[in-house]
Amino acid sequence: MALGDRWSNPFCNFIVDRDQDRCIQCQVCVNQCPYEANFYRALDDTVVSDHALCTGCHRCKALCPTSCITIRLNPSEFRPHAVWTERDIKNAYLQAETGSIILTGIGCDRDYPIYFDHILLDACQVTNPSIDPLREPMELRTYLGRKPEAVEFEFRDGKPRLKTQLYPQLTLEVPVMFSAMSYGAVNLNFCEGLSRVATEAGTYWNTGEGGLHPDLYQYGKHTIVQVASGRFGVNKDYLDVAAAIEIKIGQGAKPGIGGHLPGEKVTAEVSRTRMIPVGSDALSPAPQHDIYSIEDLRLLIYALKEATEYTKPVSVKIAAVHNSAAIASGIVRAGADIVAIDGLRGATGAAPAMIRDHVGIPIELALASVDQRLRDEGIRHQASIVAAGGFRNSADVVKAIALGADAVYIGTAAMVAVGCTLCQKCYTGKCPWGITTNEPSLAKRLNPDIAAERLYNLLRGWALEIKDFMGAMGINAIESLRGNRERLRGLHLTDRELNILGIKHAGE
Amino acid sequence: MIIDANGLYYRELNRLIREAVAAGETRIHLFNVNGQRYIGDGLKGRITITIDGIPGHDLAAFMNGPTIVVNNNAQDGVGNTMNDGKVVVRGNAGDVLGYGMRGGKLFVQGDVGYRVGIHMKSYKSQVPVIIAGGAAADFFGEYMAGGIMVLLGLNGAEGNRPVVGDYLATGMHGGVIYIRGTVEEHQLGKEVGVKELEEEDYRVLRPLLEEYCQDLDLDIEEVFQGDFIKLLPVSHRPYGALYALNQRNF
Repeated sequence: MALGDRWSNPFCNFIVDRDQDRCIQCQVCVNQCPYEANFYRALDDTVVSDHALCTGCHRCKALCPTSCITIRLNPSEFRPHAVWTERDIKNAYLQAETGSIILTGIGCDRDYPIYFDHILLDACQVTNPSIDPLREPMELRTYLGRKPEAVEFEFRDGKPRLKTQLYPQLTLEVPVMFSAMSYGAVNLNFCEGLSRVATEAGTYWNTGEGGLHPDLYQYGKHTIVQVASGRFGVNKDYLDVAAAIEIKIGQGAKPGIGGHLPGEKVTAEVSRTRMIPVGSDALSPAPQHDIYSIEDLRLLIYALKEATEYTKPVSVKIAAVHNSAAIASGIVRAGADIVAIDGLRGATGAAPAMIRDHVGIPIELALASVDQRLRDEGIRHQASIVAAGGFRNSADVVKAIALGADAVYIGTAAMVAVGCTLCQKCYTGKCPWGITTNEPSLAKRLNPDIAAERLYNLLRGWALEIKDFMGAMGINAIESLRGNRERLRGLHLTDRELNILGIKHAGE
Repeated sequence: MIIDANGLYYRELNRLIREAVAAGETRIHLFNVNGQRYIGDGLKGRITITIDGIPGHDLAAFMNGPTIVVNNNAQDGVGNTMNDGKVVVRGNAGDVLGYGMRGGKLFVQGDVGYRVGIHMKSYKSQVPVIIAGGAAADFFGEYMAGGIMVLLGLNGAEGNRPVVGDYLATGMHGGVIYIRGTVEEHQLGKEVGVKELEEEDYRVLRPLLEEYCQDLDLDIEEVFQGDFIKLLPVSHRPYGALYALNQRNF
């Protein structure tokens, strides 16, 4: 630690540890830190830090040419207390100072059980053969949308033809889509990366509720546009250009509450796309005020279907909450073609920390109960299920599909792919990695070409691994994995948890 | 072109309307309309639709250009997220009118219900306008981010009952509301302030009301008899201080 480092808050989370022997005072770290945690002191030609301003984003460390910086957790500890954790104490300090709601970003970081980590996958041994995905066909293609009750054929000129009128479908070459992240919350460079990769990889990205920037209309065929309570950027062209429309009722990071895109992020371009004044907070009301019931939801679903002449699927996204199964049943009966469920660990650009960390349920439990409920009611074919909220790797995806999902949404994983280190400060609009910021000097840190390449690589890697999992299970089409809970086993789970997940315990 | 809506399900009726528009019809007269939803939903172009009977919910939702004249009352959700065009209702209209409205005009001769003009928006020259002739219920102009809303308190509303309900313009952070009459302090949302009209306001208001009166066969001078007040947001960031940015990084 350099002499003269500041401690403007003795209880700060991080320490910027600088090896002064290796520091060459190049000030890269000074320029890279938008929070001004690093600064140059001309008096003694030294670069020093104010530890309290460090968010732990690791940007300075990553770009330091001499690797002289180490970001460490502040080792100074409070007296151990089993009830009052360090987080509780610091939150109380912060609120005593500000009298405000504590804001945070990204998804719930508390150590609730992650059920994916208590579920193990099956593989073939002896009695039926595993498949080598490198040399045999392996089908990941997934269709999202309402499926017919039955399929009828007729013979014309001696050839069989499909008689049944099919409903509009989304075609995914990999069952992973990019979750709703709104323009404004994330910047145009990131949106461009997402939209290009969705197009290239044969999947879909989701605009979130911030509208669609004119530059991205060209990727409309791989775009799901959202209609949310703020109705930002929603017009006929926006609905027409999209592959599907998603009504956003809720979000896993903040079930039941609205959103405030902080005015700091509402630049001229964001103002144009959202049609609100520059610098004003973009307010998304908690409910959509024309939807107070399932019948009202049906009203909006069909308003959108009428507006687009029944040419595209309509999705309804809800946060995973206690009664998700019954709500999902209502959503399907209201006419939705896709039900998207966002679990407790789903992320956000800004949410009250208390809401993020204490409201909602994990996606695994919600997904299993929704899938089961729709099956029990005989309406599972009427809508596809998309699971979201905390997917970290391809194993999570495979387990979710076996629990009943048709596809998954990833958000945080996509951001991590382009540099996010989960510092949870998205709401400041100063993202040092250039993702959740609209400040031109910061946003240009995210090159859309590089972002697209990295996102594509992530999807490719996951797709290869998903095929590996399937091959090991002797499954050659992802359709055969969907809802195939027999291929899952639980570990360290209670009977009740196993029951809800609809899986056996390992060893059974 | 005349379409008899009697006994038609909304999907069939709207298909007929779209086909007529595609065939180049510019004037469509619907009669015997009885609660069919989504008339004019997502419709584009220079078309005039006249409706006899009572149209159902979400009339002119996502509409982008046409003019719709309703010779009776209308239900909820008129002009939902409408982008351009005009809707004239020669009667009362229901709740949540002009939700997220982005452009065009919505003229209602009579009373309007709850949460009218929620989150109306504007950008430069694209400024939506809602004018209601009678009284409005609670949450008029809630979350308003742009555009112009006018409430006239005519049709016996004046003096007999409040022109507008409670929680007026709660969460307003853009745009302007003009009310012919007075509102009590307790009716106002916390995010809004009452101002006197300036000359510029009359320059905006006069042509809008002239158009309104012309469309609804009203006497502009009579409408202008009576004092207007103006409501403006106190701040563009009404909830800016609600959140701790935690700049000390606890």
